[in-house]
Amino acid sequence: MCLAIPGKIIKLDKKRQTAIVDYGSGTKRNANVSLVDVKLGDYVLVHAGFAIQTLDKKEALETLALFREMLSLQEAP
Amino acid sequence: MFSLRDRKLAADILTQIKKAEVHLKFMHVCGTHQDTLVKHGLDVLFQQAGIEIRQGPGCPVCVTTPKEIEETLLLAKEGKTIATFGDMIRVPGVTSSLQQIKTEGCDVRTVYSIEDAVLFAKKHPAKEVVFMAVGFETTAPTTASVLLRKPPLNFSVLCCHRLIPPALQAILDLGEIKLDGFIQPGHVSTIIGAQPYEFISKKYHIPQVIAGFEPLDLLMGVWMLMRQIQQGRAVVENEYSRAVDLQGNRKAQLVMKQVFEPMDVKWRGFPLLPRSGLRLKKKYSSYDARLKYEGMLERLASEEFAEPVGCLCGDVLRGLISSKECPLFRHECTPETPVGPCMVSREGNCHIEFLYSKKESMPQ
Repeated sequence: MCLAIPGKIIKLDKKRQTAIVDYGSGTKRNANVSLVDVKLGDYVLVHAGFAIQTLDKKEALETLALFREMLSLQEAP
Repeated sequence: MFSLRDRKLAADILTQIKKAEVHLKFMHVCGTHQDTLVKHGLDVLFQQAGIEIRQGPGCPVCVTTPKEIEETLLLAKEGKTIATFGDMIRVPGVTSSLQQIKTEGCDVRTVYSIEDAVLFAKKHPAKEVVFMAVGFETTAPTTASVLLRKPPLNFSVLCCHRLIPPALQAILDLGEIKLDGFIQPGHVSTIIGAQPYEFISKKYHIPQVIAGFEPLDLLMGVWMLMRQIQQGRAVVENEYSRAVDLQGNRKAQLVMKQVFEPMDVKWRGFPLLPRSGLRLKKKYSSYDARLKYEGMLERLASEEFAEPVGCLCGDVLRGLISSKECPLFRHECTPETPVGPCMVSREGNCHIEFLYSKKESMPQ
């Protein structure tokens, strides 16, 4: 139920607050974007037909590096 | 899109957890977390490292009460069109299930989104459409958003939305299970942020980590909980920073506030939990199926509906037992012939265990 799928906004209708979201592998679907502030090209998490949050690309790319850093700090004497 | 897989890093995290030689019990409240844990064998790896993880009441379909199912069945039998999410349709009620009465001629429709139900109501003005709204804070804003845009008056909502933090508190107050930490649900947290969990750490001195749904997210989430325990800290930390803003989604919080107010509700397996459910505010009462069809639903008002005979979903939802400990698991209760909701829902503990665990591990 709380499953949310990440995808990229490839078409945006701000007036009607809808977007077409590309989930990769050719899957594209309409999503309601009334709960988020988004622009074309943003990555969003979509749950039950609604975008519920934008994904932070920078944070995502840095996640693994951050994990490694945390682990190495723990190991240090 | 973002690949969060790294075998060496996963092994390194696990090694550090093992080295710590701990014996800890954590709880998460999300079917998607359970899916990741069991699908990737993390549950077994954690157990070998001294960490047991229980699911708790993290499956909206599972915690929906037999009475709410009976309310929906009654409205369907009275000629209303019922629309709801797929898993809900198959959950057995006391008298029947939505799937069963559909075969008997009632109008029951599976929808992907509440918007599909509204669209159906617009296209069929002669039908009265009731959307059975289940789901936690992740789903509740979608219901609110739709009601704010004034759907047609032949559309109404049977509100069964529930809130996660009061259920976590209930688990601790009931005191049946001793927990060392909570793994908090990433997608609920995208909406509510970190603040609603903070009282738990303060009042009960329990560490909490908001975690994502990749195997590495859960490994790291558990590692972060363990580190808090080692350091004697109990706070809310965010492992899922690529999706969760600590403030949450303000827009979604606002629409929820506009449309809903908290109410005391029962959860399956739980007593009445204060302010753990949502109902529509007075301004939206024309969309409230419980008020609109008050006369019809009246006869259920004083009735109590028991759980299915022998079903231990309540104990599974309170984290007291694992699915495999239920005598019905894999015998009378399978996804084809579910006795309780935890075997029906894709997010249910029993369904997930059935899906991924091997038959050899079944109790003799």
